[in-house]
Amino acid sequence: MSRLRELGHRLYAGQIEYDFVGRRRTWYVVSSVILVIAILGLVVRGGLNLGIEFRGGAQFQLPPAATCSIEQARDTAEGAGASQAIVTEVGSGGLRVQTQPLTPEQSNATRDALAAACGLQPSDIAVQLIGPTWGSQITAKALQGLVIFLILVAIFMTIYFELRMAIAGLVALAHDLVITIGIYALVGFEVTPATVIGVLTILGFSLYDTVVVFDKVKENTKGFAGQSRATYGQLANLAVNQTLVRSINTSVIALLPVAAILFVGAGLLGAGTLKDLSLALFVGMAAGTYSSLFVATPLLVQLKERQPEVKAQARRVAARGASRPDRPASAVAVGGESAPTAAAGQPAAGSTARPAGQRNQPRKQSRSRRGGGGQR
Amino acid sequence: MAPPRRAQPSRPLLVLGLLTLVLTVWAFWPGLEHTPRLGLDLRGGTQVILQPRPVQADAQITDDQLNQAVNIIRARVDGLGVAESDVSLQGSGNNAAIVVSIPGVNEDRIVELVGRTALLDFRPVEDILDPAAVSASASPSASATPSGSAPAATASPAPSPAASTTPAPAASTTPAPAASPSPSASAGSDAPTIVQSASNDAAFQQRLGELNCTDPRVYAGGSPDDPALWLGTCMKDGSAKFNLQPAFIRGTNVTDASAGIAQGGAGWQVNLSFDSEGAAKLAEVSGKLVGLPSPQNQFAIVLDGVVQSAPYFSSQIIGGQAQITGSFTAQEAQDLAQILKYGALPVTLDVASVENVTPTIGDDQLKGGIIAGILGLILVAAYLLLYYRALGTVAVLSLVVAAWLTYVLFVILGRTVGFTLTLAGVAGAIVAIGITADSFVVYFERIRDEIRDGRTLRQAVDTGWERAKRTILAADFVSLLAAVVLYVVSVGSVRGFAFTLGLTTLIDIAVAFLFSRPLVVVFSRSRWMQRGGPWTGLSPQRLGVAAKSPPGSRRSPAAQVVDAQQHEATAAAAVAAGATDEGDENR
Repeated sequence: MSRLRELGHRLYAGQIEYDFVGRRRTWYVVSSVILVIAILGLVVRGGLNLGIEFRGGAQFQLPPAATCSIEQARDTAEGAGASQAIVTEVGSGGLRVQTQPLTPEQSNATRDALAAACGLQPSDIAVQLIGPTWGSQITAKALQGLVIFLILVAIFMTIYFELRMAIAGLVALAHDLVITIGIYALVGFEVTPATVIGVLTILGFSLYDTVVVFDKVKENTKGFAGQSRATYGQLANLAVNQTLVRSINTSVIALLPVAAILFVGAGLLGAGTLKDLSLALFVGMAAGTYSSLFVATPLLVQLKERQPEVKAQARRVAARGASRPDRPASAVAVGGESAPTAAAGQPAAGSTARPAGQRNQPRKQSRSRRGGGGQR
Repeated sequence: MAPPRRAQPSRPLLVLGLLTLVLTVWAFWPGLEHTPRLGLDLRGGTQVILQPRPVQADAQITDDQLNQAVNIIRARVDGLGVAESDVSLQGSGNNAAIVVSIPGVNEDRIVELVGRTALLDFRPVEDILDPAAVSASASPSASATPSGSAPAATASPAPSPAASTTPAPAASTTPAPAASPSPSASAGSDAPTIVQSASNDAAFQQRLGELNCTDPRVYAGGSPDDPALWLGTCMKDGSAKFNLQPAFIRGTNVTDASAGIAQGGAGWQVNLSFDSEGAAKLAEVSGKLVGLPSPQNQFAIVLDGVVQSAPYFSSQIIGGQAQITGSFTAQEAQDLAQILKYGALPVTLDVASVENVTPTIGDDQLKGGIIAGILGLILVAAYLLLYYRALGTVAVLSLVVAAWLTYVLFVILGRTVGFTLTLAGVAGAIVAIGITADSFVVYFERIRDEIRDGRTLRQAVDTGWERAKRTILAADFVSLLAAVVLYVVSVGSVRGFAFTLGLTTLIDIAVAFLFSRPLVVVFSRSRWMQRGGPWTGLSPQRLGVAAKSPPGSRRSPAAQVVDAQQHEATAAAAVAAGATDEGDENR
């Protein structure tokens, strides 16, 4: 732990700085490879393994007390009029029988037959009937929600940050979604409404993470054009490094409860809502953490570097590169939008090295870097 | 943003303390439920989702029709007499879904019961009886209701100036069946709610006599009748029992119905129009009935097996335009018009999904959810304590407060707005642990950054908060946005999840601002924390402040720029604060 803390400090102070932004080509390649695999997985496997909630069908859940074998259960169900019965064992000895859609009458008959064959009461068997159109409805609703949410988030991020950050954040989000869906297609995990919930949560979480990183980027790059020591890309990269510890911590903390659900859901209950949900979360959060560090910020910088003022500033930094780098910054025009006129142009002479605990001598005309209401 | 002010921790803590106390007392008020209402997947029961489908393929379903459908189904479900059954409408228009949840019982009847389309028909009255059940020996023949109390149905030639209005005392028309408080859970009542027969024979008469129309469960209806048979049933308020002939007009024959002011200006009336088939039947039947003695000059409007109104014919109705007059209030007239209109535009209800969970499975899932939740909390708490040491205790206390608030709000919302906790909701709450904990991580990391910049603990706590606050709010806003959008567009389990996510996000904001933040301030005032020992989690040495690198050594230009900015801010804050820290650091 303390080592991580030490690392945290060195990252913060910029003593160690991993070049997230500069190596963006590497990340893009890594992401592209994963995305291609994911999309290929979708194509090759012929889409996702949809649960009966989406396909329509009937499902009978038999408790562990059931005395029949998988074959017996299948024959019983098909004998009672259910077609294409698929029987799987779930949890600790329970059985799950899935069939094509049934009418309520057929399902009652099937349930009673299963109860008789497996030594159970009909009331011990949980039944689920899903009409064939309902699944497409749920899907349509989820997609509708997704689109509305993305539009709103884009608006929010454009207002709170700027348009380019919104674009970068949403691209990172799409990246997470495709990867998660691709992994589901590749592995063949079943997609249930719980999976959909999980994926939707990832959306929130992935963006949440990106918002925190971008907040730091915004802070570091405020008024960057007024100095010529560091480019936008360098400042953004520092922000990623400074929030790295937080990102790691957040991901660990977010994944701990999810791991607990996964453990309980898969270990104690077998198939079901908890397992489906936590699996999607687990896959998605891993992708989300990766993307907010390795995709969102590099992409943001790439977008920003097309802006003329960013280009111009980068040239100034390059031109200055020959000068001595160890002098403290001498002209950091901070406060970007509206520095009070009294202080305009006053250089901020700040030594970067100061012993711990010694307070600064207050200068008469200092400016608050965070001055003005332009923050909100 | 002004430079950070010295925080006064006592007030927010007091506010949160009071809030928690009030909510806790409310949740644990004696004599009420002290646990959240559990969804069917956690306690067993049957959930049926119905999708309304318009009869004409391209028609739009109106809210009126949907509400009417919900009312009808609610009446049917209440007829089962199962406590805490719930019928709710989610969504609107052609995408609406009606979700029926009936706990505890595995009723085969339920699907059949709620899936049937409501029927509206018009039947000539054979006899009106006393509502109470009579013993088999007594012959049910006493005519109970003088026709004077019945509304009148009159022909209305299209622009009808003259209309015979028949004043009548209270035409009992209560609003559509409200959910009546059902008696305690029993697996439905076995008492029949209607009796039917092919002919008006003695056996039918006897069963009709035994029908108890004073029992709310009986007159709640919910048993659609076969229009081709004789029907024995109740007035919808239980005030009378009817013996009715087979139907002469079906609800589908009604083309329109509306409520309007009666011509005489005395009260309200219901205007009806019929299609050609209905008009012909109406002319024939009204011509036949109008001359008969009461109550046989009356006809009953039967919805879903219950008599809604029984007007008498005051004249033959030709031309398919009729009006029902009586001393209706506006509400009564509108309700009746709505019922008639709904019969005119029936919505077919498709059973979209049926889910039935046995109590054992529900119990297992609930246990699993609780275990996962506690396990998740313990893991997160352990991590926070390990990593943040003393500050971690603030985080753990905050998590406990947030968890407690979540619980009492579940209880209260279950009682007030009928919120039911489903497995998806439990999962949402567990996931929210991470989001809540993240607020502390953002804040604590900020404090550490400030300390790295060489501030004292007390400064760091304040300036760190100013910056963390915005991040926390922005990130929580995104989370809340997701919850609201999901809640609005989704149905069923996704909805339960969205609600929980939204609620816990709001709790997170409240706890972060009213509890965690002031508590950190309190901590920062302790001498022990300020000394910054290794266990505080904020030791400047450990954070590397002492090891501040000499200028320029292995530090990126970006870091130097940001550092200069920080420095600038510190200076500004120091000036703005005016008074320096020395006065209250008790040195």
